[in-house]
Amino acid sequence: MKKVALNGAGLLVALFAAFPVYWMISTSLKPSREIFSATPQPVPTHPTLEHYREILTGNLIPGVSFLDFFLNSALVAVSTVVLSGLVALLAATAVARFRFKLRTSFLIMLLVVQMIPLEALVIPLFLMIQRLGLYNTLPSLILTYLGFSLPFAVWMLRGFVAAVPKELEEAAAIDGASRAQTFRRVLFPLVAPGLVATSIFSFITAWNELIFALTFINDQGSYTLPVAMTFFFGRDDTNWGPVMAASTLFTLPVIIFFLLVQRRMVSGLVAGAVKG
Amino acid sequence: MSTLTEVPEAAAARDTPARRRRRVDRLPYLLLLPALLIIGVLLLWPLGQVVVMSFYRLNSVRQLRGDREWPWVGLGNYTDILSDPFFLTVLRNTVLFAAANVLLTMVLGTLVGLLLNRLGRKMATFVASCVMLAWATPALTGTIVWKWIFDDTSGLVTWLFNALPDGLSNGLFGRSDWTGYGWFNSPLLFFAILTLVVVWHSFPFIAVSVLAGLKSVPSELHEAARVDGASPWRVFWKITFPLLRPVFGILIVLSTIWDFKVFTQQFVLAGGTQDRPTFMLAIYSYAEAFSPPPKYGLGAAIAVILTLILLVVTGFYVRMVLRQEDES
Repeated sequence: MKKVALNGAGLLVALFAAFPVYWMISTSLKPSREIFSATPQPVPTHPTLEHYREILTGNLIPGVSFLDFFLNSALVAVSTVVLSGLVALLAATAVARFRFKLRTSFLIMLLVVQMIPLEALVIPLFLMIQRLGLYNTLPSLILTYLGFSLPFAVWMLRGFVAAVPKELEEAAAIDGASRAQTFRRVLFPLVAPGLVATSIFSFITAWNELIFALTFINDQGSYTLPVAMTFFFGRDDTNWGPVMAASTLFTLPVIIFFLLVQRRMVSGLVAGAVKG
Repeated sequence: MSTLTEVPEAAAARDTPARRRRRVDRLPYLLLLPALLIIGVLLLWPLGQVVVMSFYRLNSVRQLRGDREWPWVGLGNYTDILSDPFFLTVLRNTVLFAAANVLLTMVLGTLVGLLLNRLGRKMATFVASCVMLAWATPALTGTIVWKWIFDDTSGLVTWLFNALPDGLSNGLFGRSDWTGYGWFNSPLLFFAILTLVVVWHSFPFIAVSVLAGLKSVPSELHEAARVDGASPWRVFWKITFPLLRPVFGILIVLSTIWDFKVFTQQFVLAGGTQDRPTFMLAIYSYAEAFSPPPKYGLGAAIAVILTLILLVVTGFYVRMVLRQEDES
């Protein structure tokens, strides 16, 4: 009896959590008359890819298609990932492998800067982007997201670097490898899985971001996907079929990446708490 | 890259111990340098700059570019904001919304965490995967889907309310035809739906963290308490909660910080920055700064106020943790 109640509650939670995602995908596969019918269909009775075809082949504004926005977003996100991964790896090596005077201060600063409300930085960063002449360019976003993703990336990578036994590097050094060689041939391959996990977080940060992309980009051809979605689909009289198809295409990469790394997310965010 | 070809003995021979130590000492700083530069320029400098900007009247992009004078107004922007009765509305919206969302997220998240801990293996995996889906969904698309669910013609909720027996619907709400009903028009309903969207998106993190905490607590304690006949309510408050107190502390602070600066969900749900009655601090700051006519100085002042409130929240938390450590 108690077990039934628990399982029932579990099913309710699962329904509440997963339903919107299901409804997004299911709507994207329904023909328009089914979407706008008086009685909603729980599953698509005549599944169709017409909405996907519409957004992938049509132009949202003359000369710019959904794919262009997708590529803008991908370009920004991948650039952020590469830069932030590289810089974070260097910093993580420093704090995980060396004992130096400012080490603790740096670690505390990493925690503190993660508490800064990024929403409060839109105005000063807008000023900086204007002064640098980067307004309306994708590098303005790469730069911004680099700053946002770096503290968490260093924090997370630190653990991965520390987990590599120091003896391996020492053995390599005894065998005559230089510092650079040890780093490249020993440490880097062993930290690579951690770097992938960290990169996925930076990717998601950059891929999902809306406010800064909304503010720094004025030229429609340079919109990232989130801006394009709020701009073209967030208006009244919405045609929900293409909107849900676009949302699905935007969401799927994130969900896949996210599920690959979610375990580390929890341990990263509450790491300080458990250790006390 | 001469170091690559150097034989270590030769290098060791050339470096006196003192020189060698100095070189070793400098390396970590060199490795840190790029990260320090980026954090300094992209996070710390803007944080200082937003305070500076809040003391000036900045109403055009040309001022930002440095082509025009920056007239100093001292605390003028702050007195403008604080003397405007609208600020009270915004502050009330922000605080009530954050309080309600933190409470609901924590309660729902904790309950789901406890539930996941009690479910059978297969069921727990299934429920956790579904919960993970809500977490993984980007705030943007999650909000768009909820907007579609609350669509005033073909939305699921509109259909559900239309499906109610007319008598019941009339008796409860005074209407039976819900087609065309603007779910987002009254501020209270808007906030209720925004709360639904935000809680849906943020409870999974709490649930998973609480579950992780529960797994780290030896289950003997719970079993012993249960054998002694303690009710689940008592077990939670007497055993689970005290053991997980640090985790709950962090989760509450993180939730508070997140819920105080909700932006994306509100922006998408309201369809932009026009819906002033539902403004909260983050979107208020943004709208003042970027909706024409731009008022960057005023927006910056609001951003500073938001940051200060969050600073106080964080400060309270740090004090709480320190006091806790003193006691133990």
